[in-house]
Amino acid sequence: MDIVVLVKQVPDTESLVQVADDGVSIKKQDIKWIMNPYDELAVEAALQIKEAQGGTVTILSLGPEKAIETIRTALAMGADQGVHINDPAAEGSDSLATAKLLAAALKDIPYELIIAGHRAVDEDNYQVASAVAELLGIPQVSMVNKVELTDGKITCHRTIEGGTVVVEASLPALFTTQRGLNEPRYASLPGIMKAKKKPVDVKTVADLGVDAALVGAANRKVKIKSLRLPPERQTVKMIEGEAASDKATALVKILHEETKII
Amino acid sequence: MAQGVFAITEQRDGELRKVSFETVSEGRRVADGLGTELTAVLLGSGVDGLAEELKKYGPDKILVADDAGLAEYTTDAYSNVLAELIQSSDPAVIIMGASAQGKDLAGRLAAKLDAGVAMDCVKVQLENGNLTYTRPMFGGKINADVEIEGAPQIVAIRPNVMDITEAAKNSAIEKPAVQLGEVKTAIVEKKMETDDKVELTEADIIVSGGRGTGGDYAGIEALADALGAAVGASRSAVDEGWRPHSDQVGQTGKTVSPTLYVACGISGAIQHLAGMSTSKYIVAINKDEEAPIFSKADFGIVGDLFELVPAITEEVKKVKE
Repeated sequence: MDIVVLVKQVPDTESLVQVADDGVSIKKQDIKWIMNPYDELAVEAALQIKEAQGGTVTILSLGPEKAIETIRTALAMGADQGVHINDPAAEGSDSLATAKLLAAALKDIPYELIIAGHRAVDEDNYQVASAVAELLGIPQVSMVNKVELTDGKITCHRTIEGGTVVVEASLPALFTTQRGLNEPRYASLPGIMKAKKKPVDVKTVADLGVDAALVGAANRKVKIKSLRLPPERQTVKMIEGEAASDKATALVKILHEETKII
Repeated sequence: MAQGVFAITEQRDGELRKVSFETVSEGRRVADGLGTELTAVLLGSGVDGLAEELKKYGPDKILVADDAGLAEYTTDAYSNVLAELIQSSDPAVIIMGASAQGKDLAGRLAAKLDAGVAMDCVKVQLENGNLTYTRPMFGGKINADVEIEGAPQIVAIRPNVMDITEAAKNSAIEKPAVQLGEVKTAIVEKKMETDDKVELTEADIIVSGGRGTGGDYAGIEALADALGAAVGASRSAVDEGWRPHSDQVGQTGKTVSPTLYVACGISGAIQHLAGMSTSKYIVAINKDEEAPIFSKADFGIVGDLFELVPAITEEVKKVKE
């Protein structure tokens, strides 16, 4: 089965994020960049399917020069080839424009299945994968923590509030990953060596035939007016006391009388 | 020109979900601010009673798409029907919940309508006729103010954040004929956890445990029971296999905004803090007085959680009696 995995390079979740001087972007220096954690699950899922039934795994990513590192990481895990949409004109695209670029690239890549993270942990937009599925006219299942493939169909366990729904979709289809789906493998040393030789196609906006007036920071439909750190809380009030029961009594009194929660 | 506000509601198994009331209430505020009409939209099968219930929150109109094929949420049927309703009414603003359903639907609708989406908003502000949406990014490490160009503007609001306001109206109910369109997905099974379990993202109170529990959640569960709270967990607790993934709070888990968040034995890794920082009150219990969690808490207790949590549970029971 030919599988395409959509991946994005994002700041490490253990990184502090700070607002840049322009007030509408983040400081990019001093950040450690990683593969979006949900995309790691997607790469692993694709590799497991390939190992079970053959086929190819193609990594598709939109991002600046540096994003090649993330594509190489996926190749080192075992994916076969990469497509890197790398064009300054595409930088700063919002979710829908990103989806248009990815969908355009997917016209030239054979696939029966597309796997993506359910969100990227940078802008937390939750939209790119669904929009790609719509633009390609294929079904989608989001936030999947278990998946089975049987003759032309995919069965996905989709996590919802308080439970799971089992959704069947015809192929080709797209699904997005949720934690619990698998434990992503680490790239092995031989894998890392091999990844250096695996092909990565670089595409520009023009190569994809997408109108440059639809993409990039200047053409966002969702305009970022300002970024700021969340308001700081007042200094913590430490609850003192001799025994645990004294502290417990004092805390519950505050929660009951001051905050009126209990 | 596009005008009016759509509030897309959500039902499951014959009940409206709480986020629906938040969506309609916020829709009412936005529509009043813009001086325009609010239409509540309800999709389902045999949902007349639910439409009546929505009147309580004051929509001018309730559009009901009632079809056996809409009984369960499927991306294709719901997005096809909604796109059709939206295209025929041409609203300026569409509000929905940033729930499992809304997060699945938003991108699909955005692509169908070529519209911008502000996802998981915690605040909607109107100034000089312009709407600005505040949304956390990077799992809550940053707040962004965004505006959307063009129409419709799609806004998904974070569950449990917007106020629910009753403003009963004798809303007109319309039941247009709908086309499900091509549906390529089917629900084969639904497995719900026990009914009395409180869902994390909708919980008013969350008691969360981390590495400090050593995997023993009995005390935390007892406190959660006494408070009517949901149980959450830190990433390390989930990685240890002590709690299911669905309990994880943080940048790579669930983002929560309860009224009260009680963090027990959680040191406060930055990715965890990001996921719970919009809680109204935060209580931290940790044996290490230097733990970063205390810098984000309103109230802190240094001590052994195995002594403190049962003591707090006893106190809560006394107060509740």
